[in-house]
Amino acid sequence: MTTSNGDSGTSLAVDLNGVAFPTPVLAASGCFGSGREMAAALDVRRIGGIVTKSVTLGPTKGLPTPRMVEVDAGMLNAIGLQNPGVEEFLAKDGPFIASLGVPVILSIAGKSVQEFAQVAIQTRDMPGVVAIEANISCPNVERRNQVFACHPEQAIEVIATMTRLTTLPVFAKLTADVTNIVEIADACVHAGAHGVTLINTLLGMAIDVESFRPRLAAVTGGLSGLAIRPVAIRCVYQVAQALPGVPIIGVGGISTARDAIEFLLAGAWAVQVGTANFANPDATIQIADGIGQFLAARGLSSPADLTGKVERSERVAEPAYRSG
Amino acid sequence: MIRARCEVLSNRRSGAYVSLTLVAPEIAEQAKPGQFIEIGVPEDRTFMLRRPFSIHQASRRGGWAGTLEIVFDVVGRGTAWLAEAKPHDTLDVIGPLGRSFTYPRELRTCLLVGGGYGAAPLYFLAEELRARNKLVHMVIGARDHGRVFKPIEAKRLAATVVVTTEDGTMGERGRVTDVLDALLERTGAQVVYACGPNPMLRAVAERCRDLQIPCQVAVEEMMACGLGVCWTCVVPVIGMDSRGWWNVRSCVEGPVFNGARVWWDRWLGEAPPPPAEEPAPEREAERVQASP
Repeated sequence: MTTSNGDSGTSLAVDLNGVAFPTPVLAASGCFGSGREMAAALDVRRIGGIVTKSVTLGPTKGLPTPRMVEVDAGMLNAIGLQNPGVEEFLAKDGPFIASLGVPVILSIAGKSVQEFAQVAIQTRDMPGVVAIEANISCPNVERRNQVFACHPEQAIEVIATMTRLTTLPVFAKLTADVTNIVEIADACVHAGAHGVTLINTLLGMAIDVESFRPRLAAVTGGLSGLAIRPVAIRCVYQVAQALPGVPIIGVGGISTARDAIEFLLAGAWAVQVGTANFANPDATIQIADGIGQFLAARGLSSPADLTGKVERSERVAEPAYRSG
Repeated sequence: MIRARCEVLSNRRSGAYVSLTLVAPEIAEQAKPGQFIEIGVPEDRTFMLRRPFSIHQASRRGGWAGTLEIVFDVVGRGTAWLAEAKPHDTLDVIGPLGRSFTYPRELRTCLLVGGGYGAAPLYFLAEELRARNKLVHMVIGARDHGRVFKPIEAKRLAATVVVTTEDGTMGERGRVTDVLDALLERTGAQVVYACGPNPMLRAVAERCRDLQIPCQVAVEEMMACGLGVCWTCVVPVIGMDSRGWWNVRSCVEGPVFNGARVWWDRWLGEAPPPPAEEPAPEREAERVQASP
């Protein structure tokens, strides 16, 4: 199956207020490289889009190993944003991204507002890049105060600075590890974010009961995989309810078309698939195909027909975040 | 890199280990010693990551043509499930992955050092080295005799074989590192290949570095994807200029590394104090020189 079905008039294409993708299923940051390595495992031209592994200004060596541990229905990782820095990224991955023919979202990370700004400047004219994802929510940073998405005023500073320096639409990638994600999303949108990506990994930890030691060298790490999907669905739902019209890309624990459709119903305009790529390199393509079949079976013409279509019983009490 | 549904041909016990043979003609055709495969786990949604296994044998000719053999110990959910695989079951396999061992052009005498089931790829390597007219010696160590990996097969492949067990139930009592110096001297090994637990690799690599003997090691590190995108399986490797270092992916740039370039202290922590060793037995010399 291709990205559209002429017979039923179903198209998988989505338009996030001007940022278009051939399918609503993108590969999530840090789980697909820039697509170069994955090109050996699947036909990358068939996927809806790629969010690059986060790029920082200088080379970042990352954290010691073990960097990963599998847990029930998920995994913890603590990579620490290892990447060769923006210069080598441009030299090595730039030409690949330019020739790919798949929309690419460039993920940028940094320890300071200046670093985000500098990378945004240096990547201004990258062919093939359709948007920027500001990774202001990576849990594996030296200090918690570097998680800009935990503080509205810091999130505003990063997003406002980046949107001033680039003509590309900026998506703010947020964490659910906050008291009120709507407040953070709202702050980012007011600072100029085109949309939000919800959610990053959740800060987690695992201990080996034989050795009494943390199972990650960095002690804590980001939880991803199936286990986090209900949290991500909740975040997408809350933000979609509060900020109608703002493009939301949902991510967290998607491995099947039904998982992705759940995100669309909660209010996502598109989704990203992360950890599932490790188990199944074809996951993004298969999930998009499955969404197409779901739409066709119901006579729907577009993934947008599902976005935010969750039905609420009138008897359900207002969630607490509304009064907060 | 090939992704294929592969039929299980056989599932046998091999000492304390499980030996699984898969029908995988395309992967077997490309596979080289030191490379690995990734096997997908069932879609039961409680665990999901592929499991990496080094290739023990890849047969291209004869009655086993087109098959791959892996050997493993049951250590967790993935291996417990795989140990129950039945003939005619099919598995989701990606491979061959990673960089293989390289063969010396000029140097001839090779010592292969293996620990536990980690020794598995050395048998494939020994065959390839022999096919290139190299002289192969082997030393294989394990905790006890049941964990000594295929000693008879080792004797078939190598000019000399030394076995060590920590409890002394087979061969020399002790670890491979206890007999390493004597073996290097007796065999006159010009190249060393090592595969097994990381602390063993470190001991072998550091000794070879001191003696200026080239040493290739196949490492093991926690791996989520095996495809080069997750950056979990990294090993700190010192640059060619001996100055800088970088965390290098063992799935694509490894799992075989030049032992002298791995920054062992950073990777595995400060070196532990040397274990109290018994003096190497006198008869070691005879055994090394004995031909099979």
